[in-house]
Amino acid sequence: MSLKYVTPVDRFKRYLPKDYVELVDFGPFGKSQEEAGPGNMGQFKELIEEHPMCSGCWMAYYIRLVFASLPNPEDTVTLGTAGCGRLAISQAAVPFIYGNYGDQNAMASGLTRAFRLRFPDKNKDVITIAGDGGTMDIGFSMTMHSWIRGEKFTTIMLDNEVYGNTGGQESGMSPKGAILKMAPLGKKGEKMPATSLAQAAGCVYTVRMSPTNIKKASQIIRRAIYVAREVGPTFIHAYTSCNIEYSIPTEEVFADAKAQEKDRFQFEEFMTDAAKEVIERVEGEEKAAKKARKAAKAEGVN
Amino acid sequence: MNANERPQPQKKYVDINHLLKDAPREQHFITGAQAMAEAVKRANVDMAIAYPITPQSEVMHLVGDIYAQGHIKEYYRAEEELGTMSAIAGAARAGVRLFTATSGPGLLRGLEAIVSWPGHRVPAVLGILTRVVNAPLSIQPDNIEMAYMMHCGAVMMHAENQQDTFDMTLAAFAITEKVDVYIPVAVATEGFFVTHAKGYVDMMSEELALNHFDPIAAPVPAMDNETPPARIQRDAPVQKSNFMSYLIHSVWQQEIWDSNARAMKYIYEYLGGPIEVVNPDAEVFVVASGCAAAQAREAQRYAADENLNVGLIKVRAIRPFPIDEIRDAVKNAKALIVPEHNIIGWLSKEVKAAIPNGGIVVEGPRVYGGMTLPVELIMKEIYTALGLEYELNL
Repeated sequence: MSLKYVTPVDRFKRYLPKDYVELVDFGPFGKSQEEAGPGNMGQFKELIEEHPMCSGCWMAYYIRLVFASLPNPEDTVTLGTAGCGRLAISQAAVPFIYGNYGDQNAMASGLTRAFRLRFPDKNKDVITIAGDGGTMDIGFSMTMHSWIRGEKFTTIMLDNEVYGNTGGQESGMSPKGAILKMAPLGKKGEKMPATSLAQAAGCVYTVRMSPTNIKKASQIIRRAIYVAREVGPTFIHAYTSCNIEYSIPTEEVFADAKAQEKDRFQFEEFMTDAAKEVIERVEGEEKAAKKARKAAKAEGVN
Repeated sequence: MNANERPQPQKKYVDINHLLKDAPREQHFITGAQAMAEAVKRANVDMAIAYPITPQSEVMHLVGDIYAQGHIKEYYRAEEELGTMSAIAGAARAGVRLFTATSGPGLLRGLEAIVSWPGHRVPAVLGILTRVVNAPLSIQPDNIEMAYMMHCGAVMMHAENQQDTFDMTLAAFAITEKVDVYIPVAVATEGFFVTHAKGYVDMMSEELALNHFDPIAAPVPAMDNETPPARIQRDAPVQKSNFMSYLIHSVWQQEIWDSNARAMKYIYEYLGGPIEVVNPDAEVFVVASGCAAAQAREAQRYAADENLNVGLIKVRAIRPFPIDEIRDAVKNAKALIVPEHNIIGWLSKEVKAAIPNGGIVVEGPRVYGGMTLPVELIMKEIYTALGLEYELNL
């Protein structure tokens, strides 16, 4: 039903907002990644277009990438909490649940289980997308316990190493020594080891990265979603700098993200054997489908 | 095992009116915790989420047993109350029937999520098995936590005994799911006094169960990517302008409280109304809810034995509060005595605010910290109100 759910009957189209009709006709619903994916962002109607994020915001770029990478946008629900990220996430053309402070992984636990009750034969992708404060500070217990219980959904942490939306306060993910609001003498503790915590809590697939390579970042988002469908909790810890609070000039945002790949966000991908099996199978199928499409296209030309 | 593959007992699914009113009942001698769980068993609940706190724990243990027997499809122990109540809010978006229960400090820990349920239009039933809120520590019954719950928009019932607990819990599922209500319904009763004590409960066969949850019959349809209208909105109100966010919040909250008011007709339909009046022509009434109503009932009986013209008003519905009903019932009364199991006297404040002559309200007697409420304390106030001497012997 889900693709049908977003598709209006033809005679009703003229009464719908243009934006909606364009989303259905030229958006990514029911399409492959080559037709509408990160490789051709800007050339199709994206799930997220307008957002109120700051100029040069690396988080806004990554959120756009997340939505362009969804394997099944017409059957996806996202959840989030307070923070900059939700300002953009809530404007995507995907159902978004905004609850209370840091409760996104608890809500997603209930939602995922209830989806599996009602639609046992369908993939309903549930993704929590929250900041470092929402995921690792105020939502810490609910994040950890959703992983410990083995809840089958994807957690994406947008780590800008600061409470950006409330004006630049220290978070558990801020680096040691950072001078931020509420840490006027510099942060005393270490940056929390998020991916190690995730692995200890039972995540079957975890990645820490600075998403500078679009293709790779997109592949990881899809891997995390596919694995969560079948195996267990998955976690992406992505660097999404706050150019305002860390005073990164807009033109240097990308260079900073590159630099972080050698610093606090060195690439780390962990997967269990069961997760690996899913990834190899799905990516094998995707490759075969792509090849078949190519062959069909070539045949069409001949 | 996939939840859908678990054994499911054979049942006959029926409408709430048949279940509550027509189905033959048999008398059982059970605790309040059992009564609540037995109601959940007959409510065809899809999912229950548990977290322990005394004195609630017994309820969710029994609900767990019911799950193990296959009467409920999904059940788990959450991390703590905020996680529990948030998971209820998440599961509600998928369009399922939900139950959880808590007590005192647990209610307050989960309150951030609970008070947002009405705004999120979460049709869930919440059991509140009352308990002291610290400090100093006590685990005994005291219903102070209900005062914190009264202002969030949820419908609230207060059960006097085991029978009420059963009937109100079952009715709560029907009320919360009404399209013109669709806000959570809380059923409160006193911890220990009711939860751990046995009383007679007339129950229908457990082979009968409430019809399945209908995720389409909702003012805010399930967020399941199946139920139209499609939710691919791209204009979160808070981003538009502060003015828009004020406006949307205000009209939405007005609708929540209107929904709360609309629950009243279902309280009449399923539970016989928000108040019960004994001896309507009395000069002095004892007005009470929950366990205090049981003591008030005794006081009214003692008074009748002594030929004193005393009435009882038992308040079943705390939200919506039966303002018109109470005002009408006490229009000729000279005094209203409001016994309570909490220090602040939330019921007496509500009653005072409901009537034009609040001066006739006697604030008390009150016990708190979990003490029992001796009928003699109520008798003393009755005598005093009637201008008689009463020798209090406790």
